[in-house]
Order: sequence, then structure tokens, then C-alpha cells
Amino acid sequence: MAEKKQWRVVGTRSLRPDGMDKVTGQAKYGSDINLPGMLYGRVLRSPHAHARIVSLDMSEAAKMPGVRAVMTAADLPDIASKLQELGESVADLRDESHNIMATGKVLYHGHAVAAVAATSLHLAEEALKAIKVEYEPLEPVIDVRYAMSDDAPLLDPARKMRGIGDEDGKPSNIAQHFQNKRGDLDKGFAEADYVVEREFYNATIHQGYIEPHNATAQVHPDGRVTVWCSSQGHFGIREEVAEVCKLPVGMVKVVPMEIGGGFGGKTKVYLEPLAVIMSQKTARPVKMWMNRTEVLLATGPNPGSLIKCKMGCKKDGTLTAAAAELYFEAGAFPGSAVGAGAGTIFGPFKLENMQVDGYDIVLNKPKSHAYRAPGAPNAAFASECVVDELAELCGLSPLDFRLKNAVKEGDRRADGPVLPRIGLIETLEAAKNSPHNNTKLAPSSGIKRRGRGVASGFWFNGAGPASVILNVNADGSLTQISGSADIGGNRASLANIVAEVLGIEPTDIRAQIGDTDTVGYTSVTGGSSATHKSGLAAHECATKIKEEIIKRAARIWETDAENVVYDDQSGAITNKADAEKKLTFKEVARQANRTGGPITSEVSVNSGGAGPAFAVHIVDVEVDIETGKVDVLRYTAAQDVGTAIHPDYVEGQLEGGISQGVGWALNEEYFYNKDGLLMNASLLDYRMPTMLDLPKLETIMVEVPNPAHPYGIRGVGEVCVVPPLAAVGNAIYNATGIRLYNTPMNPPSLLSEIMKSGLAELPEASD
Amino acid sequence: MAKQIVQITVNGEPTDVLVEPRDSLLETLRENLEMTGTKEGCNNGNCGACSVMFDGRLVNSCLVLAVEADGKEVTTVEGLATSEGLHPVQQAFLDKAAFQCGVCTPGFLIATKALLEKHPNPSEHDVRYYLSGNLCRCTGYHKILEAVNAAAESMREGA
Ligand code: FES
Ligand code: FES
Repeated sequence: MAEKKQWRVVGTRSLRPDGMDKVTGQAKYGSDINLPGMLYGRVLRSPHAHARIVSLDMSEAAKMPGVRAVMTAADLPDIASKLQELGESVADLRDESHNIMATGKVLYHGHAVAAVAATSLHLAEEALKAIKVEYEPLEPVIDVRYAMSDDAPLLDPARKMRGIGDEDGKPSNIAQHFQNKRGDLDKGFAEADYVVEREFYNATIHQGYIEPHNATAQVHPDGRVTVWCSSQGHFGIREEVAEVCKLPVGMVKVVPMEIGGGFGGKTKVYLEPLAVIMSQKTARPVKMWMNRTEVLLATGPNPGSLIKCKMGCKKDGTLTAAAAELYFEAGAFPGSAVGAGAGTIFGPFKLENMQVDGYDIVLNKPKSHAYRAPGAPNAAFASECVVDELAELCGLSPLDFRLKNAVKEGDRRADGPVLPRIGLIETLEAAKNSPHNNTKLAPSSGIKRRGRGVASGFWFNGAGPASVILNVNADGSLTQISGSADIGGNRASLANIVAEVLGIEPTDIRAQIGDTDTVGYTSVTGGSSATHKSGLAAHECATKIKEEIIKRAARIWETDAENVVYDDQSGAITNKADAEKKLTFKEVARQANRTGGPITSEVSVNSGGAGPAFAVHIVDVEVDIETGKVDVLRYTAAQDVGTAIHPDYVEGQLEGGISQGVGWALNEEYFYNKDGLLMNASLLDYRMPTMLDLPKLETIMVEVPNPAHPYGIRGVGEVCVVPPLAAVGNAIYNATGIRLYNTPMNPPSLLSEIMKSGLAELPEASD
Repeated sequence: MAKQIVQITVNGEPTDVLVEPRDSLLETLRENLEMTGTKEGCNNGNCGACSVMFDGRLVNSCLVLAVEADGKEVTTVEGLATSEGLHPVQQAFLDKAAFQCGVCTPGFLIATKALLEKHPNPSEHDVRYYLSGNLCRCTGYHKILEAVNAAAESMREGA
């Protein structure tokens, strides 16, 4: 299937099955659980960015009123080094354990040192103050360039770089160097008429989900453990809890609570093992949740990065070569998103000669983790700004330059693989034909300078194992149990698919997420994979129900199944052998127990074939050249979304991606002082876009179905955050003639460039 | 710390609750009364997830002490729907798909109701200004704006 089809339910805006509970406050999120006898757990965190723990004394804390358990890293089992897939990243479990609670050294401001469980939250907090820790402060390493230098203190003296033959055997903060290479770089640059080479820096930023991390654990007398938490993948949480606490995986049950946003950040454990250990010590349920400061200090922000990017093209705009070096700040332990950054940096461009070097670097910041298209926005900020400069040199519009170099089916991706059917060209054309692109920018006036910017972006999209169960009820309704955590409406999308197959309405479907004991293994809602993989499982599962319904109808009519026709458009079931006979899904459902028993089906898949995604964004900004403040006036996002199974939630992804991207471009930043302490760990000082900061958002869903899926699903959730940084940067240039190479492009940094450029002068100081 | 009994009228129901002077209204609602519809996003007044009506005024319940609520009327998200059905604001958020994860939604619903009761016909800027104390990280606010406009219309028609 390659062309877009019309479906009956797929593509409609059905009401989401979990919607009613979410507008009435009845939906249960992670920390909404209250259990009898529950204790409250709190964590003591490092006030230093880098220090040796000289001594740690829990004795006073243990005696504080209401305290029922205390713990330190000594209570976590010592586990061997082992790589674990976390959905969008890979981490060493030993590092995970040391990240959950520091051993020997604290490696970042906010690193967990100890925990207590008490009968109330306040008593637990008071007890933290009674913990005695003696630290020997060490020099912090916050700057990525310094981290790589020979003078920098080492986070782990035993760490040596894994390289590509360039290892020198010396201990280093550079954990890894890798290279992707194709063609002949020198030849490519020799053929170029224009070459632009720039250096970019992205500050560390946070996913910013509104719901803090949380975990509640109950250990049962036979050793089984139940964990309630909100995560992007409860099966992954179960594996990690089992590994970190050294429990057989079958002894751990994880109950998925509603999740208040994740964006990649909720695919790993922080509190869960602590709650388990303290529940083991007390035989009582222990509930924990982070406050906002802890979320910002000590979860997994998006890595800061230094990127050198060089690209060359001919006078007609044809790209001839591209090279990049990416230095990503992994944080306290190795494992940044540099691999994905390197794989996406030249994604939208057809290139024969390219080389990308990636470096994974440890320093005294929290261990970075996945954030929506991990690594790709950092990377695209570099390549898409350089491309903007090349387009200008060639006298081509940014969209025409990209059209000239756009990858299509059969081209080799910059990092190797051959591309299947993709929709970049269609998306660029949709952007070109958009109302936005065809409306002239209102002219600048006085100190308000207006400009328009364009950027594109690429994301791989993921796949993986997924499971769905369908149970037919006697009234013809259907219970749908899926294993994918639902953050942005995938229950609704799956219900649309099931309804489509069976000729019923989405309102006939009760959709829920099954816990790890209920439904088959399902990998994380991440990598834009959930609707694709669970959609495959749902489609197959509904198809099996349909086959069973046909068998049952045949039994009712005492005819052969071949005579039964099930029309999925009308839901009518007819009998070829007897035109008088008619049944509906509901009528067959009602007779299930008389025709062979309950009608149920369960399907698990291991999906492949996620279609790659491309996005093209256009933004108009207005720069106040006296303050450096940038306002976003208009924003259009065009994206190849495959088939929009549920347009509301596809548009929602695009709109949310714009919002996060604009915040990243203009405001968001981890601000460290010289001691390596995070100075803005609150939502007042870590400022995310409010409703006032954004205009109405225009989205264009370009539907180029993914041939590897029965309904053409392509992941949509991540690529939408890839273009905004460069689009905004290019718009600022268009408005002011000033190029910024660092994010955030906030008023102080823009104003200082405006001053240097002479575009505006500092007003006379008055007294 | 010595506990004391306060009486808070929560969604019309006078409720006695034993609190410490340092307990916030948010904690009291969520942990003591198990009314977990009101959410915690920051616990220091910066996200609006904990918005409730407090004697007719929109407040962040994380910034109000439970003892201050003694004798006061509090309306939470759980108090919006009646046996007749959803409040128009709830219906509009549901119909317009104005949430993804939904954790900001209770706060937005309360704040929107407060807005529309004061300004039945707000401009786009009014809406953005009034709701700028409520953070949503998922939606980019576009569908929230549409929902607020739809709710305004249906409340005006219903009035
Ligand atoms: S929790 Fe009260 S404003 Fe954020
Ligand atoms: S819907 Fe997730 S924060 Fe608003």
C-alpha cells in the first residue's frame, strides 16, 4: 500500500477513551495512589557538583520521629557492569545503580546520597536534615571543552576512551569516539564553490514534563514486589527494578499509572529501586515523588553539545560534501544521545561525501537522558543554520535549496541505510504552498525587526515488541488492553484501528493499559514507536476477533464460514447461502457463550518497518533590537505523518513539538555557577513557554503512508522538535542580519551581538 | 508538630480535616482527603497544576496553608461535573482534544472557569494572559485556546 486511502474510522477525531477521567480528575497518575499504612520517602541530595563522600552517618536520622527506614548506596546490591536497552538509549546498569545513589563520590549537584521513609512527608524531610555527610569537594568539570582537556579532573580515573583506533590508553573524560563516513570528503569539498564552517553550542535543557517523577512500592511477604509509577514503559521499569534490586523479573509487577508527560525522560528508574528497598526494610508501602527542584537537578536532561559543522555546495546549490564533529555532554556517566545526533545531522540531505565524528563526554552534570528525538535538535541546529547560509550564497530560497538536495526513496541515508518510501519532498512542497509561505512578512518598523526562517528535520522512528488483548463483552462492547504507556492519546488511536477492522464505533471500546502481569511485553512509548507497533498488534488482534466472529456466525447459521461475509464498512454480517439472514457484531457477541465460549484475542508483535519522518518548519519572528527579545509571530509546521490515525493527537504532537522547540531556541537553559551548581532549578527560573509566549500554531499533515504498515502509520511525535531551533535562528538572522550559534538565543546573548553589530546602541545612561 | 482540625467546604461538602499548620491546601486535598484530581507540578506557585477556587478566587493551592482554608469554600476539578453531566469547560476540553497527558488539565479547567465567569467573551490575548500562570508542556496551547473559546460560546448560550 502506498497511496492514501479513505477509511471509515481511521483518520476521524473520535473522543479519547481516557478523556472523561482526565477532565473530571478521576484519572490516577503516579503520585495519586494512597495505600493503607503508606510511608513517604525522601532523598538527600548532594550540595556539591563533584566531591568525595568522606563519611555518611545515618544513625541520628534513623532515630528521628516517624522514621521507619533509612538507606544509602550500601543498601543497593552491587551489580555487574551490563548494557541495558532503555528504549531510546543504552545504559550500563552499574552506572544506573550509581546514578540512583552515589557511591564514593558525588558526580553532580543533586546526586542522590541517602533516603529515608517516614510516616509523613514532613517528618521524612526533617529526618534528611539529621543525616551527617562529610564531603571533600573536588574541582567540578562543567565545560565540555575543559572536560576533554588534559588538565581536567577525571570523573572516573578508571575510564578510558573507546575509540576507532585513536585510543591512547590514558584515563579520560571522553568515554567514546565513533565515526560515520561515506564517499570522499576531500574530493567533495574540492568540488564545492561555497563552503561554510561554523561552531555551535547548545546548553543543557530539560524535558519539562509537568508531572514530577514518582514511585510507590509494596513488597509482599513472599518477596514479590509491586511498583506503581508513571513511566513511558512499565516493562522497561520492571526490568530495571529487577536488575538494580537483584530480583527475578517475574517477582516484580509494575502497574502503569497515567503519565503526566515524559518526552523521553521517563524511560528509566530513579526512585523506584529506593521505594522497593525501603519497602523491603519496613514491609510497608513506600511512596516517593520528586519536587520540581529535584526533577531539574537530578533526572536526565537533554545533553548540552558542541558541534562543528562544515558543508559545501556548488553554485547551483547542489551539496557536495558535509562534515561534522559532535561533542555531547553525557553528564556524570557515559551514554549521551550523540549517536542519534550523528545519525540525523545530515538526514534531510542527499550526500555522497560525508563524515561525522561523535564524542561522548562525561562531566559533572546529571546523567543526560532521552529528550524527544534525542540528539537530533542539537544536530539540526548546526546543519540547518549552515544550510541557510549556503542557500543565501547561492541565491536560492531556503525551501528551494532544500528541495534541490532532498533525499527520497532509494537514496542512501547520510549515515548508511537506504531510505524506504519517505515524504520529504512532499513536505517541502506543502511548506512552499502553505498560506504562511505565500503571505508576505509585515515590514519591520523602528526597533521591531521582522524576519522569517525555515528549517527541516529528520528522525529515524523506532519499532519494537508490543502486545494487545481484546475481549468481546456480551453487549457487543470490547475491552482493549494494550501494553504501550499512553502519553498523548495512543489508546484513542488504537481504538480507531480496532473499530475500523471490526466495523464498530470507537465508543464501543473500553481501552486501558495493562500492567506487567496482564498483557504481553511491550517496549517503551518512545522513538515515536507506540502507535506504529501497538497499532500493528491492534490490527492483527482485531482481525483475529473478526475471524472468530465469522466462525460464530457460521455456527449460528449452521453454515460454512466461507459463506459468511463481514462488511467492515457497515459492520453487517451476511450469509451468502441465505440472503435473508443478517447479523451484527453485537448480536454475535451476545451469543458468544452459546456458540463456543468467550471471544478473546491476544497478539504480540515484534515490529519492524517504522517509516522515517521528516518535518519542515516556517517561523516569523519580531526582534526588539533595544532589548534583544524575540517574539514568535507566526509558526507553521509541515510534516510527513504517514496516515494520521487520529488527527487531533497528530496535530497535538506537532503543536507540542513547536512549543518545546521554541522554548529551547529562545529561553531554556541549565544555568551553572562556577562551582558547578545549578542556579535555576525552579519553573520560575527555568522558564518554559507559557500561553502568552506563543501564537496560534499552523500544522500541515502531509500523508505519505508508510508501506510497512496496514494503515500507513509513521511515528509523528519526535521529528516535530527537530527544526525549531534552526528555524528560529534563521528567522533572527533574516530579521537582524545577526547569526547566533548558541542556544538559547535569549535577550542577553542576542542583545550583545546587536550591540557589536551597531544595529542598535545602548541608550545613554541617565541618572 | 501539633495538629489541628479545620473545616473546609470542599465542593460544597463541609469537611473536617486534621492538619499540621505547615500542611498546604494541596497536600491536604491530595494526601489527607485523597482528592487527587488537583495536581502538583512544582509545589511553589509556578505551574498552576494545583489551581483551585478559594472562596471564589483562583489560587494555587500549593501556596495556601490548610489552616488558612478553615471556614472557606474550595472548588476542585472533582466539583465541576454534576449528576447532569460535565461542566461546559470540561466538555470543551474533551471535544477539542485540548490535552495530551492531561496532568495540567485540572488546573486549566479551574482557571478557565474562573476566566469565563469574569469575562464571558474574552479576546485571544485575554485568554493567553489569564491562563499564562498555567503551564502545559504537551500541547503548545493551541487546542487549549480553541477549547476555551468553545467553552465561552457554550457558556454564553447556556446563560
Ligand atoms: S503545584 Fe502549585 S503552582 Fe505548581
Ligand atoms: S497536556 Fe500534558 S502538560 Fe498539558
